[in-house]
Amino acid sequence: MAYSDKVLDHYNHPRNVGALDKSREDVGTGVVGAPECGDVMKLQIQVDGDRIVDAKFKTFGCGSAIASSSLATEWLKGKTLDEAGSIKNTEIVQELSLPPVKIHCSVLAEDAIKAAIADFRKKQEEQRSATTRSA
Amino acid sequence: MKLPIYLDHQATTPMDPRVLEAMLPYFTEVFGNAASRSHAFGWKAEEAVERARGEVAALLGASDKEIVFTSGSTEAINLAIKGVAEMYASKGKHLVTSLAEHKAVLDTHKHLEKLGYEVTYLKPDRSARISPAEVAAVLRPDTILASFMWANNEVGTLNPIRELGALCKARGVLFFSDATQAAGKVPIDVEKDGVDLLCLSGHKMYGPKGVGALYVRRKNPRVRLTAQIDGGGHERGMRSGTLNVPGIVGLGKACDLARLELDAESRRLRELCEHMQQRIEKELGYVQLNGHPSERLPGNLNLSFHFVEGESLLMGISDVAVSSGSACTSASLEPSHVLRAMDVGEDLAHSSIRFGIGRFTSRAEVDYAVDSLVKAVKRLREMSPLFELAQEGVDIKTIQWQSGH
Repeated sequence: MAYSDKVLDHYNHPRNVGALDKSREDVGTGVVGAPECGDVMKLQIQVDGDRIVDAKFKTFGCGSAIASSSLATEWLKGKTLDEAGSIKNTEIVQELSLPPVKIHCSVLAEDAIKAAIADFRKKQEEQRSATTRSA
Repeated sequence: MKLPIYLDHQATTPMDPRVLEAMLPYFTEVFGNAASRSHAFGWKAEEAVERARGEVAALLGASDKEIVFTSGSTEAINLAIKGVAEMYASKGKHLVTSLAEHKAVLDTHKHLEKLGYEVTYLKPDRSARISPAEVAAVLRPDTILASFMWANNEVGTLNPIRELGALCKARGVLFFSDATQAAGKVPIDVEKDGVDLLCLSGHKMYGPKGVGALYVRRKNPRVRLTAQIDGGGHERGMRSGTLNVPGIVGLGKACDLARLELDAESRRLRELCEHMQQRIEKELGYVQLNGHPSERLPGNLNLSFHFVEGESLLMGISDVAVSSGSACTSASLEPSHVLRAMDVGEDLAHSSIRFGIGRFTSRAEVDYAVDSLVKAVKRLREMSPLFELAQEGVDIKTIQWQSGH
């Protein structure tokens, strides 16, 4: 299968590979996929107020899965949580020119973004209720 | 060294220049139809075909009249299985084979199931071998054919052919072996091995594509087949169609070379394979060999690299041509049926790479491939969340993954 130049670029020079401290309150972590399906994505965001200031990923998967998550971290930085939550997998497909058999990679990336945001919001919620209780 | 490096000799092989040289006159000068009995053009073509038949037979320990030329292994497989099924239907309609067979064998059996035949698909063991005891347990009075490959195309495992042959003979069941990967690579003797039908293909053994052969036993027992291609009655009525004279000459030459060089070549390939495996295991942890550790095809090495997905690994070693059992490299999006039948585990099936070293592979090429592989695996593990978990001491199997993709 021939890969698009953008997929090759992200595969060869992935952006934002790494990990953020998942125990921090301002970090949200999303892990989606399963090893037996051939892809697992871990996507993390660091949030200041309502805005994503940093994003990191690690991915076990094909070149398109790596490229989709790499691109996602690039797009996430600087976005508000609502903006980030509205990123659609179809935008990733279009940007990377993914063929139909690789669409699931983009779906996984969208799921990972949503999971990371949900994790962050859950943490915020827990923190708020903890503060209310202690007050 | 010329790049890219070809390490996919189980997919196909380059033609040996000596084979090409033998074939060339038969395209232009000696172009006759081997079935033309009335002139020298035909006689010369026929003479070349019969010489090639002898060369194929010699590789297998068969006699010339037991060789039927086909367009390749897939056709020979179809002829063997469907031909026996149709011819012996009055004796019974049960066939036995293995889940680790090539799709050509599996799909032919599926076709027969639709026609009312019953097929038992045996599960191989973790090394992809079929156990003769398990075969013995499923043979029935109405079993007409057992089909087990000589060597597996993905993991290179050799089946215990001689034991399977003896068992089938004792139970009066015909035994067919797909020797596409094994012919010319490991010694074959259809008499001692007790095989009744066997197929091989030119392009897997440094011969041309588009030509193969089916061995059909003529004595003890005499195997009869119903032809699957009707026409002029060529090949003693078993396979009609004008003979592919240049291809057949090439197949004969390839068999002749393989027979003469088999010992030296298999020794060299085993050494190169061992060298490759040892280097990889020394330089990378978490590597698993798929298939049998010793009963394997010389030149084949199938490894799973934990925490790394196969297709992304192929991208990382783009100047080395290999194949992967990963779903992402197949049109069906299913990981290899062979690795699944072996219970390798879906995650490790996705992480498998098949290296196929061949006649013209040099040690320098193997070393280049290992260097590039080690670099790619390390880089991909650095970005693998599974490797991170393993480093933290988490057992991946204990995690509840959300699937659905």
